Amino acid sequence: MDIKAKVIDLIVEELGVEIGEVTLEASFIEDLGADSLDTVELIMKFEEEFDIDIADEDAEGLVTVGKAIEYLEKQLS
Amino acid sequence: MKRLEDKVAIITGAARGIGFSIAEMLSEHGAISIIIDLNQEAIDIAVQKIDDMGNKAIGFAADVTNSEEIASIFKEIHKKFGKIDILINNAGITKDGLLMKMKESDWNAVMDVNLKGTFLCTQKVCRYMIKNRSGVILNIASVVGIMGNAGQANYAASKGGVIALTKSSAKEFASRNIRVNAIAPGFIKTEMTDKLPQEVIDNYSAAIPLSRMGTVKDVANLCIFLASEEASYITGQTIQVDGGLIM
Ligand SMILES: NC(=O)c1ccc[n+]([C@@H]2O[C@H](COP(=O)([O-])OP(=O)(O)OC[C@H]3O[C@@H](n4cnc5c(N)ncnc54)[C@H](O)[C@@H]3O)[C@@H](O)[C@H]2O)c1
Repeated sequence: MDIKAKVIDLIVEELGVEIGEVTLEASFIEDLGADSLDTVELIMKFEEEFDIDIADEDAEGLVTVGKAIEYLEKQLS
Repeated sequence: MKRLEDKVAIITGAARGIGFSIAEMLSEHGAISIIIDLNQEAIDIAVQKIDDMGNKAIGFAADVTNSEEIASIFKEIHKKFGKIDILINNAGITKDGLLMKMKESDWNAVMDVNLKGTFLCTQKVCRYMIKNRSGVILNIASVVGIMGNAGQANYAASKGGVIALTKSSAKEFASRNIRVNAIAPGFIKTEMTDKLPQEVIDNYSAAIPLSRMGTVKDVANLCIFLASEEASYITGQTIQVDGGLIM
């Protein structure tokens, strides 16, 4: 499974942004217009799609697209 | 079509009293009432009563202070119905006593069920409502949470807490079209108050401008309104059903 592509898809779907905006450096809140509830929803979506539990402490660190991909790739390897 | 046709409504502490009346009336208006309470036998009887009227109800035994139990039941409900539209946090207890003599365990027990239970059920249900961009949460507080009451420091504090929790969650969830309101009943006639001597009831009633105790239906009627689309511009409020006891 291509985790990176899947994560980007989920972000596009959840936040209603253009795929071109979803760069690795993009911050969910600063660049992609997410509010704090959106970020919680996004984490829930990752949990659901990849069937894992993301601890709150870990979730706090996932502030950019790149950080989320890196984290999920590590968890799922 | 009925006012709350096919709405999925969870009511805690609904095997009897005010909670049962709310469940009964919600189902009369077309909702599927999901009764949560402690005792399976009492739940079965309550579900049967609603069933006998030709309306829809199911029940689950759970303790609102047990977050794992609540989370797994809500998950099951969501799986079965595909949504949860309404949560009524009604489960509540009293352990009255003068503050000077109040046991710490009585303080904790009342806080746990009334305040923490309301928080936990709200937390476990909100993910489904947020996803759905729609939901109604009603918290049953008490006028005592506004005015205080000698001999009920724990209960009054828990209900005051419920009112503040209502306002905070209303603010957090408003952007997702989830409304959260509190209902503050005054002196309501239930099995609990039936045990009081007539003299006590008369004394209480004399202090109420509408000079009678409230009924469980007085509370349930407000729930129906607040749960319906007609209340779509009302959130974060505490509405009293108290015959004018405090103004
Ligand atoms: N009766 C009144 O005059 C009055 C006035 C103001 C507010 N209230 C509030 O209305 C609500 C209902 O009161 P009522 O008079 O119908 O009380 P009640 O005691 O008749 O019913 C409460 C129900 O909650 C259930 N319950 C208790 N602890 C629970 C737990 N941990 N988990 C799940 N269920 C639990 C009980 O088993 C019971 O069936 C309460 O929150 C109460 O504080 C009542």
